[in-house]
Amino acid sequence: MSEPITAPITALGGARHDGLARIEEVGLHGMITLRGDLASKAVKAAVMAATGAKLPGQRGVVRGKSGTAIWMSPDELLLCPYAEVDATLGKVTAALGTAHALAVDVSDARAMLTVSGPAAREVLAKLCPVDFAPGAFGPGMVRRTRMAQVPAAIWMEQDESFRVICFRSVARYVFDLLGVAAQPGSGVGVY
Amino acid sequence: MSTRIATQGRLIDRSKPVRFTFNGKAMSGFAGDTLASALLANDQMLVGRSFKYHRPRGIVASGAEEPNALVGLGQGAAFEPNQRATTTELFDGLSAQSQNHWPSLEFDVGAVNSGFARFLPAGFYYKTFIHPRPFWKHIYEPFIRQSAGLGKAPKERDADTYEHFYFFADVVVIGGGVAGLAAAKSAAESGAKVLLIEQTAHWGGRAPVDGGEIDGMSPEAWIAQTLDALKSMPNVTLRPRCMGAGVYDHGYVLGYERLTDHAPETAGPRHRLWRIRAAQVITATGAIERPLSFAGNDVPGVMLASAMRDYVVNYGVAPGQRVIVVTNNDDAYRTAITLKRAGVEVLRVLDARASGGGALMEEARSLGLRIDCGRAVAKVSGGKRVTKVGICAQEGQGAALEEVACDAVAMSGGWSPVVHLWSHCGGKLTWDDALAMFRPDPKRAPTGADGQPFVAAAGAANGELSLGAVLTDADGAGKSAAKSAGFKPKRTKAPRGDATGEAPLAPIWLMPRAAKVSLRMKAWLDYQNDVKVSDVQLAAREGYESVEHTKRYTTLGMATDQGKLSNINGLATLADALGAEIPTVGTTTFRPPYTPISFGAIAGEARGEVFQPLRRTPIHDWHEAHGAEWEPVGHWRRPYTYRQAGETTHDAVMREVNNTRQAVGMLDASTLGKIIVKGPDAGRFLDMLYTNMMSTLKPGKCRYGLMCSENGFLIDDGVVARIDEQTFLCHTTTGGAEHIHAHMEEWLQTEWWDWQVYTANVTEQFAQIAVVGPKARALLESLGGMDVSKEALPFMTWADGTLAGIPVRIYRISFSGELSYEIAVRAGQGRALWDRLAQAGAAFGVMPYGTEALHIMRAEKGFIMIGDETDGTVIPQDLGLSWAISKKKEDYLGKRAQQRSHMTDPERWKLVGLETEDSGVLPDGAYAVAEGRNANGQRNVQGRVTSTYHSPTLGRGIAMGLVLHGPDRMGEVLEFPGTDGKIHKARIVDPVFYDKDGEKQNV
Repeated sequence: MSEPITAPITALGGARHDGLARIEEVGLHGMITLRGDLASKAVKAAVMAATGAKLPGQRGVVRGKSGTAIWMSPDELLLCPYAEVDATLGKVTAALGTAHALAVDVSDARAMLTVSGPAAREVLAKLCPVDFAPGAFGPGMVRRTRMAQVPAAIWMEQDESFRVICFRSVARYVFDLLGVAAQPGSGVGVY
Repeated sequence: MSTRIATQGRLIDRSKPVRFTFNGKAMSGFAGDTLASALLANDQMLVGRSFKYHRPRGIVASGAEEPNALVGLGQGAAFEPNQRATTTELFDGLSAQSQNHWPSLEFDVGAVNSGFARFLPAGFYYKTFIHPRPFWKHIYEPFIRQSAGLGKAPKERDADTYEHFYFFADVVVIGGGVAGLAAAKSAAESGAKVLLIEQTAHWGGRAPVDGGEIDGMSPEAWIAQTLDALKSMPNVTLRPRCMGAGVYDHGYVLGYERLTDHAPETAGPRHRLWRIRAAQVITATGAIERPLSFAGNDVPGVMLASAMRDYVVNYGVAPGQRVIVVTNNDDAYRTAITLKRAGVEVLRVLDARASGGGALMEEARSLGLRIDCGRAVAKVSGGKRVTKVGICAQEGQGAALEEVACDAVAMSGGWSPVVHLWSHCGGKLTWDDALAMFRPDPKRAPTGADGQPFVAAAGAANGELSLGAVLTDADGAGKSAAKSAGFKPKRTKAPRGDATGEAPLAPIWLMPRAAKVSLRMKAWLDYQNDVKVSDVQLAAREGYESVEHTKRYTTLGMATDQGKLSNINGLATLADALGAEIPTVGTTTFRPPYTPISFGAIAGEARGEVFQPLRRTPIHDWHEAHGAEWEPVGHWRRPYTYRQAGETTHDAVMREVNNTRQAVGMLDASTLGKIIVKGPDAGRFLDMLYTNMMSTLKPGKCRYGLMCSENGFLIDDGVVARIDEQTFLCHTTTGGAEHIHAHMEEWLQTEWWDWQVYTANVTEQFAQIAVVGPKARALLESLGGMDVSKEALPFMTWADGTLAGIPVRIYRISFSGELSYEIAVRAGQGRALWDRLAQAGAAFGVMPYGTEALHIMRAEKGFIMIGDETDGTVIPQDLGLSWAISKKKEDYLGKRAQQRSHMTDPERWKLVGLETEDSGVLPDGAYAVAEGRNANGQRNVQGRVTSTYHSPTLGRGIAMGLVLHGPDRMGEVLEFPGTDGKIHKARIVDPVFYDKDGEKQNV
């Protein structure tokens, strides 16, 4: 038997693929699902406590000093803190107080990948029914969508690289899909 | 003969010869040729055989509408049947095979069918193969299957790759002729984002062949200038070799881009399917010339007049040396003039109109061509190519006035706008009497969600046939589409087109008008499916009035070309036979795709490794490394069993059960659904979702629950743990996680929107490992970190803590009847905990077990399995689960339904255990038979097997089943006939075979 694994591991062990775009798994990453009344003070306070960011608008992403807040649906946010999740979850819970809300650690339920390089928009546009044209999609925006046959959420960082999250169990599928979409010779040449 | 000429050929590059083979014969053409033009340049007039009569077929068209020149392209893993030679760009090394003949194209045995043509009329199949009845299955169908079909199916796996691409535009223009270019430009000048797609490799469509002037320039110069202008606009995307395949609701358009068909050695995908969302769609798809219906119009060498002109101008190929042109309109004179100027002998122009044509006719006459007005083709003679034409008066029965030897015939029956894409999404047509064509009715355009039109036809596709009208129409369509998409069009002038004026055409659907039956039987409407004028007339006589019925009865327009040449002629023939007006007969339905698209393009990336998502647990790699045999469960792969050296699968399963019952086993249960339900109303909500009471559960405790649909049927089960006053964690089945979560959200969002409850599906946040067996506690204690004693962690409770330093939550629940701990751990540490358990467990004899051992152990305990004991028609009361249905609750989902008379019927089959008489295993799904037979002559039944296994614990076959009055019939023996011919006997027993009092799990 091989050496037992003891440390926490990501779904793909930091796999990387270079094609038309670079596809790379991001290391361990904190994610908290927060459901609640997005108009409430409690939720705003919780977002601030976790990320230092203001509440994102519809399909928006806001970066704060201590993390990123991502709009997921009219009553759901995804908070990505830089710090340890347990501690951040504690702050969120405290900020929510007695308000009716749900905050839960989903860091391990997801895999996160980056898709970067000049062809990144086209690579994603082969798999998702989303308008990734410059001007239509840019930093500060997020889409919850479908990537081929699985759900995914996609947003863009300031450096125009994409972050893709999917469920952990399909991380390999998503990684392979992106690899196929980035195969040499398949550039579309529109973005 | 058909040959390359020294002049013309604007699309070919004579400095670049290209080698290819046709039926193994080496031939050569030039870069820029289509396979069709290259075949004609090599005098290959015969290119295939027809479907029913195996008649010789030649190239008839020059574009997508070609019905005859279908070939098998490529070899081995690159082979593809039914490819149109007219749309296949020639490349070096191309290999093509003709189709539908045996043993060879030149000599074909099936052609004998043609001799029996009079015995194979419309509806022949229906009339002939109906009696005697058994003959269909054993004689007729195998024979028809063998002779049916054009191309051969590929035998090897497709070596190419394919992909999709999602694109969004304000205006999509389909068709890159002068209309499409003008429309794209006028739309784009408003600032709208425009996508222009063209099915061929060339822009400008037919205009360079047909001539005229645009804004004082030659069409070619105008096309080049307009293309440059479009390319310089950042809001315009141009895609050649990209066909508009279909237009659908909500501005959805499919584009079929052929990337490497013309250059197969190129890296990258072969086809790309563009999945486009557009605010507005312009179909600038041009028009297709119609054949004329005269006897022998299918002999190789008879060609559409416009196609013959295309071959001369575009490819420098003369399809004949001595040509007769026959027409009912002025446009064919362009062909006569082109041929004459290219040095081809034009023997006659037969103009069916008594008064002939206009300026073009005069131009032809001035070139010295002989023009006979009021004349028609009585009959074309020739086998594999045209040898002579009999000429007659159009107004007559076809008595030949003279016969003229020739080697090609150019025919023109007028033009039909390509209305397919306009019609796909509901655009209606109107009949234009003057032009004898169906054209889009702008008052009845396809409409979007807002009730406003979202498709407009432009140019020839809109029924405008003169160059000037085409450009004005297209310019207006572009501006109007931009406006509808929310942009302000620029006030630019439309391009001005000048072309020769034309005399009206004469609608002629049969040539000569009163052709006798022997001629009508040789006048083809549908070349590919062998449908003649006489077939449609017969259908009308037999009472077929609907064009849709006639189509199916005669097979008119049902071939791979979908009747692009035959539909209008066919329905006009039908109208004439019925004595009805053409518009009252109407057209058949236009459906996508415009021409066939590859299955590869439809599948896109979904093949090989990424054919389907495969879900992996955090411990997947360990299973794979330890010889797991996989069982697909939804998209998951779960280990069925772990076979050791020398074991059969059955041996391995038996060992896993025994080891778990006697020592300790571990199971990867990560796939089980886990849904958090939180809020002040969470308890109330779960009381509605589950049949039993959940709100009374105390924090720290677990309770098994059943979930039913509102129709009362059992849909899921699992253990609910109460985390705190407002929070529950609901376990679902592996397959249930997503749809049960959706079920919860649906009720919360639609019916109980004012209840304060939030849910989150955290299935994948945790790996879950079941440690099961009498030594389970000792194993966990050896890891250390938390108290797992009976006192600290009794049965049906849970606790948080650590094991081997890893944070865990342990549920004391059991699906096996043994002492059992289900340990939830963050997914990222799932593998770490599994490895520690495996390592530490070695001393206790721990072994992993798979899903089959899990199934056997639960069946030994009489636990039901969703999907085995349930099938969507089973209610909890059928399964002896009344104890899990609250009598106290006022309501729960399914309660009302379960009170219906059918649900309370004592005749419903009920769950029992079944024990085989001979210790064997009952066949899965077998029925217990009862006395007598039902109305269909089948044995009556009184029950069925729902789960069946060999139990190593009991050393015999055990099963669960649903049986009529089952619980009242303990000890009775039932008979289960198997598909193996044997009758299996089993005794009705209690479904709990093992540890009825539950002593082992509660230690």
